Amino acid sequence: MDILTLFIVVPILTAIALLFTKGLKQARLTTMIGMLIQFGMAINLVFAYFKERAANDAIMVFTKDLMWFETFNIHYSIGVDAISVLMIVLTATVVLAGVFISWMLDEMPKEFFITLVILATGVYGFFISIDLFTLFVFYEIAVIPMYLLIGIWGSGPREYAAMKLTLMLMGASAVLLVGILGIYFNSNADGGALTFNILEIAQVSIPFEAQKLFFPMTFIGFATIGALFPFHTWSPDGHASAPTAVSMLHAGVLMKLGGYGIFRVAMYLLPEGTNYWSTFFIVLSVIGVVYGALAAVKQTDLKYINAYSSVSHLGMVIFALLMLNKTAWTGAILQSLSHGFMTALFFALIGMIYGRTHTRMAPQMGGLLKVIPFISMIYVIAGLASLGLPGMSGFVAEMNIFAGAFQHTDTFHRVMSILVISSIVVTAVYILRVVGVMLMGPIPNEDYKNLKTVTWFERVGIYLLLIPVIGIGVAPLWLSNMINDSILPFIQRLI
Amino acid sequence: MRNEIILLVLILALLIFEIFTKPNQKKHIINIAVGLFFIHTVIGFFPIGESSLFGGSFRTTGLIHFYKSVLNIGVLIILLQSADWLRNKVAHFNKIPEFFILLFSSLLGMNFMISSGDFLLFYLGLELSTLPLVALIAYDSFNQQSTEAGIKLILSAALASAISLFGIGMLYATGGSLYFEVIAQNLQSSNLAILGMVFFFSGLAFKISLAPFHFWTADVYEGAPIGIASYLSVISKGAAIFILMAILFSVLPILSEAWKLVVYILAITTMFTGNLFAIRQKNMKRYLAYSSIAQAGFMMMGIINAEELGVATVVYFVLVYVFSNLGAFGVVQAISSQTGKENMDDYTGLYRTNPKLALILLLSLFSLAGIPPLAGFFGKFFLYTAAASKGYYLLVFLAVVNVTISLYYYLLPVRVMFLRKSDDAIPYFKSKLMMRAGLVIAVLGIFVLGLYSPLYNYIVELSAGVL
Repeated sequence: MDILTLFIVVPILTAIALLFTKGLKQARLTTMIGMLIQFGMAINLVFAYFKERAANDAIMVFTKDLMWFETFNIHYSIGVDAISVLMIVLTATVVLAGVFISWMLDEMPKEFFITLVILATGVYGFFISIDLFTLFVFYEIAVIPMYLLIGIWGSGPREYAAMKLTLMLMGASAVLLVGILGIYFNSNADGGALTFNILEIAQVSIPFEAQKLFFPMTFIGFATIGALFPFHTWSPDGHASAPTAVSMLHAGVLMKLGGYGIFRVAMYLLPEGTNYWSTFFIVLSVIGVVYGALAAVKQTDLKYINAYSSVSHLGMVIFALLMLNKTAWTGAILQSLSHGFMTALFFALIGMIYGRTHTRMAPQMGGLLKVIPFISMIYVIAGLASLGLPGMSGFVAEMNIFAGAFQHTDTFHRVMSILVISSIVVTAVYILRVVGVMLMGPIPNEDYKNLKTVTWFERVGIYLLLIPVIGIGVAPLWLSNMINDSILPFIQRLI
Repeated sequence: MRNEIILLVLILALLIFEIFTKPNQKKHIINIAVGLFFIHTVIGFFPIGESSLFGGSFRTTGLIHFYKSVLNIGVLIILLQSADWLRNKVAHFNKIPEFFILLFSSLLGMNFMISSGDFLLFYLGLELSTLPLVALIAYDSFNQQSTEAGIKLILSAALASAISLFGIGMLYATGGSLYFEVIAQNLQSSNLAILGMVFFFSGLAFKISLAPFHFWTADVYEGAPIGIASYLSVISKGAAIFILMAILFSVLPILSEAWKLVVYILAITTMFTGNLFAIRQKNMKRYLAYSSIAQAGFMMMGIINAEELGVATVVYFVLVYVFSNLGAFGVVQAISSQTGKENMDDYTGLYRTNPKLALILLLSLFSLAGIPPLAGFFGKFFLYTAAASKGYYLLVFLAVVNVTISLYYYLLPVRVMFLRKSDDAIPYFKSKLMMRAGLVIAVLGIFVLGLYSPLYNYIVELSAGVL
């Protein structure tokens, strides 16, 4: 079996194995083993990729193609470039960390891990697909388990949040479907056969009228899961109600499907549509960035702060993609990665704090640095990464985005870029305010003095996510080189 | 003809059994009848050559034979799922053999209808399929609702048949023959022909329960025994779709501009009506009734394609729909025959007490909603493709809007079963072997039909050259 299909097979096998487990201990052990193998495979994939890339300069490597439905020319077609490899590493890391964070989950653990693993299968499948049909199938497989994960194991208004999230994302995917069909039926514009294969469609010049019509559908379809304003409203409610591991996976990985899809499908296949619509969507993304940051300032619930912060950060990814140049795109990919690790870390920490203090309201807490110093320290670090402190992953990403944005010299782009940059200041406000209120100051409650210290599995989860956050910040060059090569064929379509 | 002869032999054999069995032994007929029908289904899988009988009024092709197999499988699943109900609820009024005799007669009628090569046999088949159904719906004669549903159906069905017959008359007047082939050659597009097509279409639209011909559906489903409700929703609907498609595509292609418009409008009204009304339903039978109305609207998207691709996608969708819908009806049936509960609220906390039933219902509903990797997704996707290939993007867009609406109500039972807990949840029970077999076949279908592409390719092969 080829190296990529294994990424789908291993989770499925894990899910099947989970069916035969009893109780929490067996379930978490099985999942951990499965996801460790997956993690190992992801790391291995990076090295294998470098090796393969040295010899092979095709856009996608490790490709494999099997005919599925002949009538519609649907293939099971897979392959990766540097960007998908990095996304797979991100997914593997976050999922593994999520398993450690859910180590003590006591309600229906077997079902929880099965659903989680199915979700992961969808995400892996999405990142390796180069056939629009398979890509779409995996996208939906990744979304629907969210309903059960939030609905059953969530907290607060979980039924409402789960339904809202599912309907919005599936509604978006329905719109996306029309876009994909539109692309498909125009893929014979040059006289060839109809095809779903992304690389083959990219060779075709789809008529401008069709691009104009189907670009917004494809774009919005993906941008909804990427939390583009005004399609982001599912995200804060969903994150706040979801259990910790699910918030991590969702903010860390699932929302990245949006940016990835925009870049891989909407922009790559419909370049003229992109140019036609870019102004409109730039405005939306900038509103998202600023609005997300300002909304985060007003929140007191830690999860809501983070959820709005995600809206802001991911708005920046979409903004960067719409800048349509190499520097900004490198920034967009780096921001996706950086935000993935950092937000997952944030949600993990919030889960730990909530598990100890039983509240997520920042103003009700205080002095945590004195009682749970390890968790608090990491929280500060994650916060600094989030506001883009040099030496952390966020800085590298945002620097690239802004440098890319400033390559446009017209007034519209300048104004928009300045607005986006100004949001960093707001980010600093809501991060530092929480750090000040929650971690410093007097201890409001005597019980806090007996809070449990961090356990080994929590430590493992934290380190898994912390290392990449600092790693990307300290040594970004090899990463941006790796991304650069893969961006080139995509950006060339647009300029 | 093989199919029909075996079925007729089955009916006669059951009649003879009926005469010679004592009242207290009639329960055994269940096993015998299901067993015999199983053999009939298996024989049906063996392919049969193309032929034409009675001067062309009865014809068989590979595709028509496949239609019959689809119906056979559906009926087999329904029989398996109804066995428990027959044994427990019906045994005391001694009407077990009649159930099978009537059901098989109705199926026989559908077989004739599908195979018909002229309007005469078509009409005979239509009536033969409807009349036994009325008796079956009113089967539970101690239940007022059931009787009421029977009367409701026969009154509206009679009207629908009459309208259909009127339409056939007009087509005869303009086409000069009852034979499909001759009509296809002679028919000219005229206002009278279009009027005839519309009347004829209305009669079948009633059977398929397309909005606005759907008003009988929910009431009849609610009153009918669950097995019969599921028969109405998959078998009766499937057969009507098949013959509608055959007649529109190969007999009335000259009127295609007109009937495409009808299909277009009916698709939209049906999808919206079914989906919006399903949201408010509390009774599972009514709920599934509206859901099945909505599904019929989706099928119209394949018909509007008016080519072989449309035929293949519709047949495939019906096949998928048979399994998905019977999975859902099976669970409702299992719970109802065990506890008598039929409301959605009664299912609260079902996953914690009866995890397998809850999972089967979840999978069936997800398949109906069109969520990958279940078969329903592929069925719907291909229907969209069929419509989009002719440029009906607006229709596809409205359909995906409807899918989103439908997802909401398909998640409602999931919500009560999985997300909520209840102290008086339906306690654990173990279903009988036949019921379990019926459910397992449905679930297998839901998984295999989508991912296993050779099956779809086979349907495409069958539908090549039918026009």
